[in-house]
Amino acid sequence: MQAEAPALELRGITKRFGPVVANDGIDFDLRPGEVHALLGENGAGKSTLMSILYGLYSPDEGEIRVNGEPVEVDSPSRAIELGIGMVHQHFMLVPVMTVTENIVLGEEPKRGMLLDVREGARKVKELSDRYGLAVDPDAVIEQVSVGMQQRVEILKTLYRDARILILDEPTAVLTAQEANELFEVLRTLKEDGVSIVFISHKLNEVLAISDRVTVLRRGEKIDTVPTEGATEESLARLMVGRDVLLRVEKEQAKPGRPVLEVEDLHVRDERGLEAVKGVSLEVREGEIVAIAGVDGNGQLELVQTIAGVRAPEAGRVTIDGRDVSELGVRGKTDAGVAHIPEDRQLCGLVLDFTLAENLALREYREQPISNHGLLSIGQMRARARTLLGEYDVRGGTPDTLASSLSGGNQQKVAVAREIASNPRLLIAHQPTRGLDVGAIEFVHGRLLNERANGRGVLLVSLEFEEVRALADRILVIYEGQIVGEFPPDVSEEELGVAMTGGGGRGQAAA
Amino acid sequence: MSPADEPAAVAAATPASRLAAYVRGGGVIVPLLTTFLAFLAGGLVMLVTGSDPIATYEAIWKGTGLQWLFPWTTGDERELAAVNLQQTLIITTPLILTGLAVAFAFRAGLFNIGGNGQFIVGAIAAVWVGSSFADLPSLLHIVLAILAACAAGAFWGAIAGVLKAATGAHEVITTIMLNWIALWIGVWLFYLGGPLQTSRDPNLPVSEDVVEGAKLPVFWGDPILQGLHVGIFIALAAVVVFWFLLNRSTVGYEVRAVGFNPEAARYSGMNVGKNYILVMAVCGLFAGLAGSMDVLGWQFRIATNDIQIQLIGFFGIAVALLGRNTAVGTVAAALLFGALISGTSQRNLDPTVFEPSLASNLTFIIQGLVILIVSADVIVLGLMARARGLIGRRRPRGAAAEGEP
Repeated sequence: MQAEAPALELRGITKRFGPVVANDGIDFDLRPGEVHALLGENGAGKSTLMSILYGLYSPDEGEIRVNGEPVEVDSPSRAIELGIGMVHQHFMLVPVMTVTENIVLGEEPKRGMLLDVREGARKVKELSDRYGLAVDPDAVIEQVSVGMQQRVEILKTLYRDARILILDEPTAVLTAQEANELFEVLRTLKEDGVSIVFISHKLNEVLAISDRVTVLRRGEKIDTVPTEGATEESLARLMVGRDVLLRVEKEQAKPGRPVLEVEDLHVRDERGLEAVKGVSLEVREGEIVAIAGVDGNGQLELVQTIAGVRAPEAGRVTIDGRDVSELGVRGKTDAGVAHIPEDRQLCGLVLDFTLAENLALREYREQPISNHGLLSIGQMRARARTLLGEYDVRGGTPDTLASSLSGGNQQKVAVAREIASNPRLLIAHQPTRGLDVGAIEFVHGRLLNERANGRGVLLVSLEFEEVRALADRILVIYEGQIVGEFPPDVSEEELGVAMTGGGGRGQAAA
Repeated sequence: MSPADEPAAVAAATPASRLAAYVRGGGVIVPLLTTFLAFLAGGLVMLVTGSDPIATYEAIWKGTGLQWLFPWTTGDERELAAVNLQQTLIITTPLILTGLAVAFAFRAGLFNIGGNGQFIVGAIAAVWVGSSFADLPSLLHIVLAILAACAAGAFWGAIAGVLKAATGAHEVITTIMLNWIALWIGVWLFYLGGPLQTSRDPNLPVSEDVVEGAKLPVFWGDPILQGLHVGIFIALAAVVVFWFLLNRSTVGYEVRAVGFNPEAARYSGMNVGKNYILVMAVCGLFAGLAGSMDVLGWQFRIATNDIQIQLIGFFGIAVALLGRNTAVGTVAAALLFGALISGTSQRNLDPTVFEPSLASNLTFIIQGLVILIVSADVIVLGLMARARGLIGRRRPRGAAAEGEP
């Protein structure tokens, strides 16, 4: 008999969806007061496992024990009773209600028949102070930051006396600063004896916060290792099943003639406000130019304008010396612009289309895919088959619906389509957002390949690592203006200062 | 790769993608189940009102003439069945076309409630051309009348498309309004003293008659007793066009892309607004064609009363929904509703079994139930999923703990 039973234990959990085995006999245990990371690529079965634990799915086999007692978790409300709380990747908050109202929802403190708001607010404040969450109980959800919303989600579980906290990819929506704040909160919770399951596919975070790591791959548990002694390389190998190139190796750039020239571009956003205020930049053949910046500083509008989705207010965009400022997507495509959009599910793919149809989105009007307006389904399929093989898209044939692929494979489809259009300029807007290491490595390799093939690549990214690893030149955008240019060996601090509006050593481009 | 991890939840954004999910979810079973449930509920209504549902359905079945298809129907019975089946198919013809008018819009993510108005303007154009130009050669006259109806319907549909593309006005609202405009234009044209009222009798609010040469030839049954005209083949040809356009042309590819995800379509260089206009025009064309089939095939004139009680465009919605917006499904659903309307009509239903004036209401009940059940597709799919045990396989709390050691 152990001195202390695990706070939580999963034994031999198996879950099948039709022929797909999402979890195959998985064992997992969580000690009291530890942060246990659950690591795996997209589609490895992490979320399924936690959904079982939270009562959203029932397992086909296996058992769950809480504090050594076998339990049946058949619904989220049962999970809450057992002291299990979950913070989902997508928050489940009512935007127009206050923090307190959201937290007490379903467990309202009452005085007689009336809702006792003051009592609720008091309890929320107390919990918030205890764990250093810095949450204002009276703030309205839609007016607070994403990081704050996440802390509200955590408070929701604590309010219901959760002692086991499941966090599903909690940093996916956070800035680096907010992620660090979250880690602080998790450490405080840990000290208080709360046990935490931390689901992620980001290696550096797992190393930073966890005590032990369990790695899943394709529904199977690969290993559980202590974080001490683990490295990014060793974890990546467990996760992907082979050695992964975490550092991108690239040859010296050989920039040629300019492909894209942007001169004094002004663009208005959806609300009619000026989002791009006089941007000028240049991308040459065989180089990757990265635009770094905090989200919402005009990157989207800039990219949309170059790609032809949005019309400029003033200024010039030229491709290979030809003025294409006024052309729409089709004109820009014909001029040689390809665009991997930021949001693959909303803008990059038609999820209800098959992969063959998705891969034809750029070229469906051209021979041999169509002829005088008649589609050749055979050609579409044949081309898709080639591309799916070439780009290593797993789990799909030409007739598979895009919606049934995992995020990484969806992105590969979008990347394949854009690169296959044989562009002069490739715009990659957050091309690795939400992808796991294997897929990131693949996308990075492809972008470098395009660079080697003499194409101009314009990369927009929020990730320091990515920008510094891939770019030959880094342009920092702040409030719609390029505020500095840096070489790729710039320090993270320096880049960070420039991105938040501080002066940098780079020469001002405007 | 587990299906639970990332995708799935994100979709289901546009009506077209919801319908696609619906189609994938149940195959051919769901529409059959839907129909069965609707008939079952209709039977309950009869039971409650004191009639024998089985005898009534049997009488309706006889009224449809569908038993003509079986070789064991012989003699007088077969002759009567033939006449009834001709009536069924006469009604099925415009139903196929107005069904396509709704289905095509659905595939582009649009909801065309305007089939009725587009049908009416088509019918008006057809009756005007068909009753004028008496000297034209017959075939040319028919073709011209049909083309005029198609053009009028397409124009009427395109108005809603233009309004949506230019101002974002919702097509459900605009097409409903356009229905009323079409209706009252028709009444004004043919009412006493109206510009297109018949010259035969100033007291009759009807149009001129379509001249002999512009009438569609009857190929089955007696032309005097309203035999079956060739319009059914034109409707079936339209189904083939519909399928081909949607699935094998770049136009249809764009339409489907816009329907599933307008944003991705825009990012791919498609002009979403232009597609809306085009789609609504094509829908109007189908519905306008339906109007010409009725006018040139068996009505030969339009009375203001007929316009005001015209419902064929609305039946098209039920046809498209039940047919899941597919080519084959639309034909099958049109035949079902054609048979129901014909089988419950004054002319075909045996009044000793069930009062026909009540029975035609039964058609509306079934139509309404179909729309209700299909719209609430979650209900049927949910029931099926539950039956398959995919969701909610909950055991009572505590029951499982007994099984544990």
